Amino acid sequence: MSNRKTKEKIIFFLLKLSALAVALPVLLIVYLLVTRGAGAISWEFLTQPPRDGMRAGGIMPAIVGTFYLILGTALFALPVGVLSAIYLAEYAKPGGFTRLVRLAIVNLSGVPSVVFGLFGLAVFVNVLGFGASILAGSLTLALMALPVVITSSEEALTSVPQSFREASLALGATKLQTVRRIILPNAVPGIITGLILAIGRAAGETAPILFTVAAFYLPRLPRSVFDQCMALSYHLYVIATQVPDPPERIQWGTALTLLMLVLGMSAVAAVVRTRFRRARKW
Amino acid sequence: MPGSGRKIAEKITEGVIYVSGGATIAAVLLIFLFLLKEGLPLFKTASPWKFLTGTDWYPLSDIFEILPLIAASLLVTAGAVVIAIPLGVACAIYIAEVARPTIREILKPTVEILAGIPSVVIGFIGLVVLAPFIQKLFDLPTGVTALAGSVMLAFMAMPTIISISEDALAAVPRSYAEASFALGATHWQTIRSILVPAARSGILAAAMLGVGRAIGETMTVMMVTGNAAILPQLKNWLFLQPVRTMTATIASEMGETVQGSPHYYSLFAIGIVLFGMTFVINLIADIALQRQQRR
Repeated sequence: MSNRKTKEKIIFFLLKLSALAVALPVLLIVYLLVTRGAGAISWEFLTQPPRDGMRAGGIMPAIVGTFYLILGTALFALPVGVLSAIYLAEYAKPGGFTRLVRLAIVNLSGVPSVVFGLFGLAVFVNVLGFGASILAGSLTLALMALPVVITSSEEALTSVPQSFREASLALGATKLQTVRRIILPNAVPGIITGLILAIGRAAGETAPILFTVAAFYLPRLPRSVFDQCMALSYHLYVIATQVPDPPERIQWGTALTLLMLVLGMSAVAAVVRTRFRRARKW
Repeated sequence: MPGSGRKIAEKITEGVIYVSGGATIAAVLLIFLFLLKEGLPLFKTASPWKFLTGTDWYPLSDIFEILPLIAASLLVTAGAVVIAIPLGVACAIYIAEVARPTIREILKPTVEILAGIPSVVIGFIGLVVLAPFIQKLFDLPTGVTALAGSVMLAFMAMPTIISISEDALAAVPRSYAEASFALGATHWQTIRSILVPAARSGILAAAMLGVGRAIGETMTVMMVTGNAAILPQLKNWLFLQPVRTMTATIASEMGETVQGSPHYYSLFAIGIVLFGMTFVINLIADIALQRQQRR
């Protein structure tokens, strides 16, 4: 009897160790980024373009570029994602087609990021003739963000109680009116949460933008959606591997800025979620 | 009639909704078609068999044989899987069954933070922290090796493996565990003989999705595995050599190619191979998940 208990204790201790083996490196990574990166981040760093072959100065064009890409991604991913979720939550009938849609979502989310980059290059850059541009990069990232936007929006739509639908239909509203006036407004917080998460992730992506928008070095700001732009993620890659003898300070500072942006957006999403969950009427 | 105008508008809107429903199917098909369109022209001049099984990747001499790249992808992924699956599943069991609520409330956000760290940041950390460490530890000419890639990929696959395994464990009906306790089994016996077997389809799905993530990862492996497009040598320590995966090859060479050149086609052909691999892996994961949900 006590033998079994001892064995259990040992195994639970090992389980705890494996949890630590996962958690500690995460904390170490965040700790390193904060302690080594914080010193680099200053007003000048955030508002000046890079100088000296990216060995000095700031990262302002990369920050601005990433913001444009986030905006573009949201612009394209939101409408298609929400409409697609409305289809799945309100219109889809169980059967072959719906099963196929779900399979496509799963597979789309499993497509390697660099393959999205290839697709963006072939279609948006070359066939549609957008060139390497903010437009092509945003479309590529939006395609990649689509599964997350659809899944979270669908969840938000289906969590609206069935009685809301019934009440609306009983009052003589059509199905579409019910969706537009009753279901969608109640699902907005969930949809926004998902969208922020998705574009936060998009902001950290590098492989999809390599051939579709990212500029190695472009000190001026983009003037139109057909311009290339710098991006924080690609800039970190460049100064970590392509620039000879870059100062460590700038590398860590760029990495920390990117991490804060991405995690910051996740945090915003979490706040939105809890806020609205508390204010929810059901 | 004012009513019919609204009816038409409604029909149109619903039409748009139906079309959007199919958007993801269209996206997956289009991705596949365009990979084929831009990749297959390579085989007008090169043999597909040679492409897959040859060992020379010399783009400058127009020789495109990707066995070293496939081997590198499989090697790095295998290493990641060996680390990530036991550790991830153990961590999931700990979170789902063993940890006190306060510990759980710390662990879960930590795993979420890990999921949120961009791959280029993980790659950067691997490059400046892990690679020098590996170099010193094994006394190597360089620390950017398959091992560095495996370790970093293992961490990136961890959130997927942990959260899906944990969901699968949590979905096992509580009555199973209670019945086991009532029969006198210890907590660990219950976990091992009842909960894990009941959740096995979900755990398998978690593992497959982890594999899919690892094999498709690009930036991290490009930064930490050393960019050597040669077949890993069996006579040296397999994991302590620089390698270059399929993803890293596409990412690092596409910028130099001319549209319509054999090199351009060959990188898309690699894309076809990658797409095919991840498609099969995700399919298996999806089937496993469906089975879990039916239980």
